[in-house]
Amino acid sequence: MGTYALPDASGHYGPYGGRFVAETLIPALEELEHAYQEAQRDPEFRAELHSELRQFVGRPNPLYHAERVSKELGGAQIYLKREDLNHTGAHKINNAVGQALLARRMGKKRVIAETGAGQHGVATATVATRYGMECLVYMGEEDIQRQSSNVFRMRLLGARVTAVSSGTRTLKDALNEAMRDWVTNVESTFYVIGTVAGPHPYPVMVRDFHRVIGDEARVQCLELTGRLPDCLIACVGGGSNAIGLFYPFIEDKAVRMIGVEAGGLGLSTGQHAAPLTTGRPGVLHGNRTYLMEDEDGQILPTHSISAGLDYPGVGPEHAYLKDSGRAEYVAATDAEALAAFHRLCRTEGIIPALETAHALAHAFRLAPTMRSDQTIIVNLSGRGDKDIHTVAALEGIHL
Amino acid sequence: MSRLAGLFAQLQNAGRAALIPFMTAGDPSLAATVPLMHALVAAGADAIELGMPFSDPMADGPSIQRASERALARGVKLRMVLEWVREFRMTNSHTPIILMGYLNPVEAMGITPFAEAAATAGVDGVILVDLTPEEGRGEAVALQQRGIDPIFLLAPTSGQERVVIVRSMGSGFVYYVSLRGITGAAQADWAAVLQRVQDLRQQLGLPVAIGFGIRDAATVAQVAGGADAVVVGSALVDQLAECATDQEAVATAIRFIKPLAQAVRTAERRSA
Ligand SMILES: Cc1ncc(COP(=O)(O)O)c(C=O)c1O
Repeated sequence: MGTYALPDASGHYGPYGGRFVAETLIPALEELEHAYQEAQRDPEFRAELHSELRQFVGRPNPLYHAERVSKELGGAQIYLKREDLNHTGAHKINNAVGQALLARRMGKKRVIAETGAGQHGVATATVATRYGMECLVYMGEEDIQRQSSNVFRMRLLGARVTAVSSGTRTLKDALNEAMRDWVTNVESTFYVIGTVAGPHPYPVMVRDFHRVIGDEARVQCLELTGRLPDCLIACVGGGSNAIGLFYPFIEDKAVRMIGVEAGGLGLSTGQHAAPLTTGRPGVLHGNRTYLMEDEDGQILPTHSISAGLDYPGVGPEHAYLKDSGRAEYVAATDAEALAAFHRLCRTEGIIPALETAHALAHAFRLAPTMRSDQTIIVNLSGRGDKDIHTVAALEGIHL
Repeated sequence: MSRLAGLFAQLQNAGRAALIPFMTAGDPSLAATVPLMHALVAAGADAIELGMPFSDPMADGPSIQRASERALARGVKLRMVLEWVREFRMTNSHTPIILMGYLNPVEAMGITPFAEAAATAGVDGVILVDLTPEEGRGEAVALQQRGIDPIFLLAPTSGQERVVIVRSMGSGFVYYVSLRGITGAAQADWAAVLQRVQDLRQQLGLPVAIGFGIRDAATVAQVAGGADAVVVGSALVDQLAECATDQEAVATAIRFIKPLAQAVRTAERRSA
């Protein structure tokens, strides 16, 4: 890559990022940073990660030409980067494998994680079992309700799931609780953060573990179409699947990058989870970034049909990419995401996660405005099996 | 001399540690806040840590989390907290007030407007739990320029290089977190804590307060001899949470604080 070299040595992306945590955790973050830098330089670690991604995760996954839906829309060709075909059904496993290998290398026997939709919790439970580590997952009470099948999966995999009843009882509160656990058990425990947020070095480390998405997509797109894509689209909760796709294309200035936040019931209702589109910079969960907050700096409750996007903050690199204009951020509402969910089911025979459906919704809006020789890559971040109860309930069907 | 410097100089002469209770502003009620602050002083508190509620108190245990949630539900805003300090100052000009909270509400107001308003209200020190000295240079300067001490924390995990940074940037005192954990957790090994605090007092050249895990007079008595100040938070917050009326809260605070104040006054003094 060319000139883009963020974060800086102290973990800042311009004014964003950094390390805003209780003093007790600072030495642990420094230890993690050093261990990560060392691991990155170690060919053995890189080889092991590569092998795990092939043998256990099932990479590379396809870049699939969604011909029927592209034709139906009558514009750009839509390609889907099939992260849903990874083991455990979402992109989250790329990062979970990376962090778990690092935890093992650091001699940590216990891993903890926060989860919203449960995909990151399932991924962490999976790798913890695989590497013989104890696993505890924090999950908001509300999310436990709406993602019950993932809760059961985590338990099947031998993890303990702890319900978080503080605050808004969703992802942000699960993150608070995981941080409290980490502060308490910092010597024995590795905190596997599930997105590109948190204190340095998490945002850069998680990005690096997910860049395989964009690296593969770049090669596959050149193979399939003979040129780079015109546009990349991904949903943004904390922003990990989006940065994983975007990062390898940052220097390719002609490639548009669009992140799609959860528009909930509509941006004007305040019932959404779109900090980049509507929020302002502040400090939460260890980094400075765009937040949904009131005028007094209190974090606002969020709403999204998808638990994985129901988060009031976003990774600091996205805040930087927004300000610099390199990436654009838009929102798709619950209703638009649902319509896109159904459309993909019916046209391509793929049931996407509701998180992913937000990215699809925007792709379906944009494609008809583009020429048929142009291409859009959508990060199909996860499969929708976990969401069928939610979708059925909306149709008055109790499964 | 600042109120905090004056307090520590005076207690140095008296040969004892300061007792600093923590209470969350706006809990157990809005109207009780200022009367409670006066009650703490009447019962023997030497300074007060006043919690600025935040929606996501990452470093706090259940007691202070719930107190913050209750306070926010009652509509507490940072400006109200400052207004309460101003009101307290109308009849108390000597007891140091330290605001304790998280960075985001302060940043939302803007550090300069906050520092000015806090100085005008009569605030003496500010602790922002999630603001380390590395990230907080600008904030520390803005506070110090207006006569407010930026108070940083050190923890059992902090190495020597952290001590050096805190010494170069902090003032007023340094808050030593007694344990790996959150507020309200239990500390077992006080001997190790006192040993570390002994070292820190020499290395820092600043008074050192011990906080986290101190719940009763017996523990206060045990640690007060080896520190410049003792902070008691969750235990008081728990007591106040039980109170049905403001009068009951004031009476409870006095009843709870008195033996602790007694304990700092009778604790055996270790060498400074
Ligand atoms: C399938 C899927 N996509 C996207 C997300 C959102 O996370 P991020 O923005 O970090 O990719 C989640 C989170 O749970 C998810 O499960």
